[in-house]
Amino acid sequence: MVQTPRFLPCGDSALTVEFGSAIDPELNGKVLALDALLRASPPVGLIETVPTYRSLTLQFDPTVTDYEALIRQIEGVARDLQPQSSTGTRWRVPVVYGGEYGVDLEDVAQRHSLTPSQVIEIHSNAVYRIYMIGFLPGFAYLGGLDPRIATSRRTQPRLKVPSGSIMIGGEQAGIVPMEMPSGWHLLGRTPVLSYAPERDPVFLFTTGDEIVFEPIDSARWDALEKAALAGESVAERVRG
Amino acid sequence: MTSLVVKSCGPMTSLQDWGRIGYQRFGVSPSGAMDRRYLAMANALVGNAPETAAVEFMNLGGILTCEGGELRLALVGAGCTASINDVLVEPNTTIALREGNTLQVGHARTGTFAYLAVAGGFLIEPQLGSLSFHPRSRLGGLKGEPLKAGDRLPCKPDKQDRAPMHLPLDPSQETGPIRVMMGPQDDYFTEDAIRTFLSAEFVISPQADRMGFQLNGPQLEHAKGFNIVSDGIVDGHIQVPGSGLPIVLMRDRQTAGGYPKIATIISADLARFAQMRPGSPVRFRAASREEAVAAARQMKEWIAALPSALVPLRFDLTTEHLLSTNLIGGMVDALSHKASDHSA
Repeated sequence: MVQTPRFLPCGDSALTVEFGSAIDPELNGKVLALDALLRASPPVGLIETVPTYRSLTLQFDPTVTDYEALIRQIEGVARDLQPQSSTGTRWRVPVVYGGEYGVDLEDVAQRHSLTPSQVIEIHSNAVYRIYMIGFLPGFAYLGGLDPRIATSRRTQPRLKVPSGSIMIGGEQAGIVPMEMPSGWHLLGRTPVLSYAPERDPVFLFTTGDEIVFEPIDSARWDALEKAALAGESVAERVRG
Repeated sequence: MTSLVVKSCGPMTSLQDWGRIGYQRFGVSPSGAMDRRYLAMANALVGNAPETAAVEFMNLGGILTCEGGELRLALVGAGCTASINDVLVEPNTTIALREGNTLQVGHARTGTFAYLAVAGGFLIEPQLGSLSFHPRSRLGGLKGEPLKAGDRLPCKPDKQDRAPMHLPLDPSQETGPIRVMMGPQDDYFTEDAIRTFLSAEFVISPQADRMGFQLNGPQLEHAKGFNIVSDGIVDGHIQVPGSGLPIVLMRDRQTAGGYPKIATIISADLARFAQMRPGSPVRFRAASREEAVAAARQMKEWIAALPSALVPLRFDLTTEHLLSTNLIGGMVDALSHKASDHSA
């Protein structure tokens, strides 16, 4: 389906190119395709692009270029974009499920009349796509959660969710980059640090990457956490 | 090497420059000075490029000294006073701080944010291309920390001449409604809500910080719910959550959000808005793109012209100025007169 994007003004220095209103891999693929094009050959005056689920926000210097000029430059390509399929890196992320690592595992299992190991199996058999990164540095919004374990958010958000928490909220999934408040359910925890300001690379994942989760035994936690804190990625690149 | 030493300061004191560009795609807010006008003025006074990092004071001042040599500094903004060893310094002038002397920065009187620039800038490694401190990212400043008592900020060598300068400008005299451009999601609001937004008086609530300013006032009614699929946010976006009360997103904002944004403050008016204190009334007026771009261009030119607006400190004390009225009053008049010329 070909959708003409909408151009939304964001003040004098930015605009948003909106491909649709849904959380959908094809729409997100178009966002990433336009983002890649603009990054490969940036129009004069373009400062920064920010890809989100279904739109791309462009920040520009209004004294160098303008809204109309930018729209003219991207209108044609935006209309005929081929959605970028997940060509990014696929990461295997080790997770200790349940217990103190994932305090909501049993509750989520009960809500869906499943056993905790069935939830683990369903959660770790999916391939997740990073639709966008936001809210906090390195916080990846993952699509691809199996609807069988989709769970509406907690009525009472927690003020503190530990770094590395593997959580689900509605049909979304996420990896927590640093201690944060959240109303999502905690299934497990990974020693992987998706954001580490003193590490190179600072950010592990990028929008368009894929994530698969690998259940590991809690006995491996200490060694992996130590490696992660020493600056190792701990997540394994399985593709890209 | 000379260092600026923090003896005491308010909890929200931080290093800020023009902001961190290129990392919003990773969820890192751009941050940067809440008032680029005053940052640029402070930098101009000590011969720095306008975007050079300076100490940003929020409401509260502080006490600073130096070690290992002498520093040329300038403090501009929010009516903050500077005094050296308890002697008040002329506003908007270059300050010489010698080892053993104490610089006291007073609290904000006419706004919220003031900037202390040091000639040559700080000799501190930027993180992700910027010295701007952002608390949630733990980036900028000294290793991702706010400034606090005991911090030593190493300074680059000062290569400029040492004649004390004065900048007879005061952009705080600008008044009138804050100009906005409607969108990106003004279609999520009723016509009534848009009319109210553009005509009513709002008040800056006490919930106002570097991330955002919550406004009190009439509630704005959504036409089709208040949840959108999260999309990109820019500085000055005015989002309206379920409460119907607008929140203006400022430099430390999140990079994406799921509330509809009724309008965006134009870039040229953002600094003026940032200086409004809790309790201040604020009105909004819709501006055309032409007006907004013209204002952005004017602001850019105003900043670029700052070095040429500098006058030697003694120059201002000519008979012409002194004769206009008594000595002190004459100085104040001269300042405000020139200011209105430049900010018109």
